[in-house]
Amino acid sequence: MPTRVLIPSGVLGLGFDTDALARGINGKPDIICIDGGSTDSGPHSLGTGTSKYARGVCKAEWRALMRARAEAGVPLVIGSAGTCGTDATVDWMFDITREVAHELGQSVRVARLYSSQPPDRIAAAHSAGRLIAIDPAPEIDAEGIASMSNIVALAGAEQIQAALATGADIVIAGRTTDTALIAALPLQNGEAAGPAWHAAKIAECGAFCTTRPKSGVVMVEIDDSGFTVEPMDPTAACTPETVFAHMLYENADPFRLAEPGGHLDVTDARYDALGDRRVRAEGAQWVPRPYTVKLEGARRVGFQTMMLAILREKRYVRNARLWAERLREMLLPRIEAQLGCPPDTFGMETRLIGIDAALGALEQRVADPLEVGVLMIITAETQALAEDIARLANPFLLHCPLTDDEPMPTFAFPLSPAHSNRGAVFEFALNHELALDDPMEAFRLEVTEVGHGQAG
Amino acid sequence: MARLGEIVDSVTSKNAGPFWITIDIRCGDPERFAAIRQALTTEHAAACCGVPPAELKRFEIAPLSVIKFSLRRTSVQGAPTDRDMHGAQHANLFRELEIPGHEGPAP
Repeated sequence: MPTRVLIPSGVLGLGFDTDALARGINGKPDIICIDGGSTDSGPHSLGTGTSKYARGVCKAEWRALMRARAEAGVPLVIGSAGTCGTDATVDWMFDITREVAHELGQSVRVARLYSSQPPDRIAAAHSAGRLIAIDPAPEIDAEGIASMSNIVALAGAEQIQAALATGADIVIAGRTTDTALIAALPLQNGEAAGPAWHAAKIAECGAFCTTRPKSGVVMVEIDDSGFTVEPMDPTAACTPETVFAHMLYENADPFRLAEPGGHLDVTDARYDALGDRRVRAEGAQWVPRPYTVKLEGARRVGFQTMMLAILREKRYVRNARLWAERLREMLLPRIEAQLGCPPDTFGMETRLIGIDAALGALEQRVADPLEVGVLMIITAETQALAEDIARLANPFLLHCPLTDDEPMPTFAFPLSPAHSNRGAVFEFALNHELALDDPMEAFRLEVTEVGHGQAG
Repeated sequence: MARLGEIVDSVTSKNAGPFWITIDIRCGDPERFAAIRQALTTEHAAACCGVPPAELKRFEIAPLSVIKFSLRRTSVQGAPTDRDMHGAQHANLFRELEIPGHEGPAP
């Protein structure tokens, strides 16, 4: 018996076509799976343990999916809940689920799969040689691990299967590989492992593997020799090219994908059109290896304050680089003398928008812009210090002349106050795998009956 | 001389996780694929990314007429030194690469 997995969208919060979702439910899926997260917006979500997407948007989309689940009578699974998949964002998603269940009058069993890792567990694994560096891995030591704001492990298919085995109607999983949620049920049903993981990779971004990415909803049907993928929007199509091309997306190696307990190898995969809108793929291999889960960690690197000024006068625009260097030379000794901060104790960058702000030293083009935006970014140990440096820099950013012998210029400040505190800033500080004897040893499950008329 | 972006169907770049950037050059058809794979050397591509050629992984995917390069990020995504959170601007460096043996559009 093939296993059908319905994927409503690449991520909860990005939207999907509700007619296509209805068509998907008519197609009798065995499970509905949606991803809730990504590292793609940077380390802030993991650093703070908060969602990137608006709660109201997630709730509205989750309501539509909870309704669809009730109609289909099959499990609904979200992975990497709340963008970063920490315990805090799993609970955030659980709160949303409880609210929607009450509003819809649904009674549901909800399993929460927690992926957060206590730093002492990771430090112990490090000293026991159970952490395996992935290329390129940041340097780590016990102190560095202890200082991380949040560490999560990416669950694989086994942990999702354990959550489904509780009889849950809804699984809210913390950080998970994008593919594991989709692969879990087909693998449990005994479908072929290569095609199960291959189908999961192709469908993980919803309709990105079709001619109409924005339509969102796709169905994959996995059996013992391959899989078939079909968009649920009748105006969208899968072609062998759109499907194969998705192997390239956000993937450094388009033929190999590492997962917990093995890797997917699609070197010998074949993609054939079934009519105009469906594609059949066969030939992917699953290559088992000792069980590991990937870790993600975020560490606070300081606090930032930013300012924006605009140069419009021709001579300053033409000499913007020289001007920025002169500004820095004026500021550094003053910051040291007046605030007691030597240059190696804080960061101060002036990025020139219109010159090379996006690419820095890699920029090849030289143009003659009308104006230049000066984005000053100050990073310091405390917010108070970053703000003080910005306040000190303010009149110089506004009036710094190109030479000593000219009238004082005044540039454009578009905002009052001229500076904005950005709060804590974080960096990704782990690119490692954690070796496990038992897939559940670094994860935990909590099951709750939620619903109308219950304390929940 | 023509620039790569004027010859091929599309060039895109994107993070592949926080530590890698990957660049996809969709040539459009087998003829352009054959021509670009000859003309666009790994040395040429590496120079435009500011890294030694050995730092670049190169994939040639004939069924899709795609040439793909992947490289370690020189600034980890979102670190204070990072200028481009999603790694999408590297595509511009490749679009603007001059490709020998190809005529540019008429002036």
